[in-house]
Amino acid sequence: MSIWHLTTPVTDEDIEKIHIGDVIYLTGDITTGRDDVHHRVVVQGRECPVDLRGAAVFHAGPIMKKVSEDKWKCVAVGPTTSMRMEKAEKEFLAATGVKIVIGKGGMGPKTTEGCKESKAVHTIFPGGCAVVAAECIEDVAGVEWLDLGMPEAMWRFKAKEFGPLIVSIDCHGGNLIDNNKVTFNERKEKLVPEISEKVQFMH
Amino acid sequence: MHDTKIIDQLSDLVSSFICYAGSHLPDDVDAKLKEMAKIETEGFAPTIYKAMADNMELADKLGRPSCQDTGIIQFFAKVGTKFPYQDELPEALEQAVLKATERAPLRHNAVQVFDEINTGNNVGVRVPWIDWELVPDRDDIELYVYMAGGGCSLPGMAKVLMPLEGYEGIVRIIFDQMTSYGVNACPPVLLGVGIAGSAEVAAKLSKKALLRPVGSHNENPKAAMMEEELEKGLNELGLGPGGLSGKLSVMGVNIEQAARHPATLAVGISTACWAHRRACIKINPDFTYDFVTSKGVTL
Repeated sequence: MSIWHLTTPVTDEDIEKIHIGDVIYLTGDITTGRDDVHHRVVVQGRECPVDLRGAAVFHAGPIMKKVSEDKWKCVAVGPTTSMRMEKAEKEFLAATGVKIVIGKGGMGPKTTEGCKESKAVHTIFPGGCAVVAAECIEDVAGVEWLDLGMPEAMWRFKAKEFGPLIVSIDCHGGNLIDNNKVTFNERKEKLVPEISEKVQFMH
Repeated sequence: MHDTKIIDQLSDLVSSFICYAGSHLPDDVDAKLKEMAKIETEGFAPTIYKAMADNMELADKLGRPSCQDTGIIQFFAKVGTKFPYQDELPEALEQAVLKATERAPLRHNAVQVFDEINTGNNVGVRVPWIDWELVPDRDDIELYVYMAGGGCSLPGMAKVLMPLEGYEGIVRIIFDQMTSYGVNACPPVLLGVGIAGSAEVAAKLSKKALLRPVGSHNENPKAAMMEEELEKGLNELGLGPGGLSGKLSVMGVNIEQAARHPATLAVGISTACWAHRRACIKINPDFTYDFVTSKGVTL
């Protein structure tokens, strides 16, 4: 396991060095984008309003507070379930040039393929730790597509040492959570019959 | 004619209650997670458990919601039939949500179905969702608030089995759901299971099971045994915190049941993430209260 301290823009060479199980601390541009942003960019084919080349997309819907006419503060921002974006992430990576995806839980084979093709990684930030994450946000540079509402808009963050980001998909075809799921399912097939025998309540 | 002064007073109290619930774990959950952190000593688990503990400390210190997903606000109200302000209660609860949305602040989470517009204030059609129960011969209310995030709501499901599929059919569904969706639900989760005669009753009971304290058991000895067996078995899956693998998967399993139809065996599943923000308060007619899930806390 290696620990990487990266600054955006992240390059293909940076990504190639990273493997599943590594940990990243990221400084620079992190923009939120989840269901509706993926829908607009991938399904509707609209142009992404933020230049995401070499940057990170954060599967997250933050709590934001307006502090003045054009300034916002991030109150809390933790990762959302990345699997919801599985349908569109591969195309999103290709369309935007994102290098680091941040979320929680795993993503599937299509995103694994996308990470390989577009030289990107998917990473996991500890779920539910939204205040720890907000404390790594130094500035809110702006917001796009606010018409989607607070959770779905694209919030542009400037982050410092944002992490730990545990690498769950690398650009070499590795998928940490899929590997874990193989083990979980093997254990399940042993456990279900054992418990079933103990719950024979029908007469 | 509703008494607006009473609505103000009641909604102020409930909004403080919601704000506190969004920033703090209930006593039972807090104690259980501390216990689990001592067992999870390998791999990524200690890093995650540390982030969780740091996060709760920061949320308390800065007075912020601990998780950005403050859910769709759900209330479960057990109302004494002699509680004097029953007329004011529905409006007071809605007002409380509007106030808490500003004060906490809560994330805007109410999206109107079909129009697909976020209302921006956490109030929408049938939201806040309120579950009413009447309690005879009492003059107080026992009010639960529950903020379930999207991640831990995704594994939710209900299915009507045929009785010959048996309780083992229920075991299979629970394990399949936990290995597929469980990793996304911010484990270690509290698993709620409802068993009944139809899908909606089982589903509702599975949510009510999550209101019960972590570590409590069903009064029926067979149900209590099934809770223990499921808890032990699910822990042996070793999902670990965040699904990154470990020695444990769940804070516990709570089962609630209703008598079933002879021809049906329905099961409902709900999961609560580790940040299980469900809180209970008992409010008396004079607005004094007992904060049941956070002993000694004054709002």
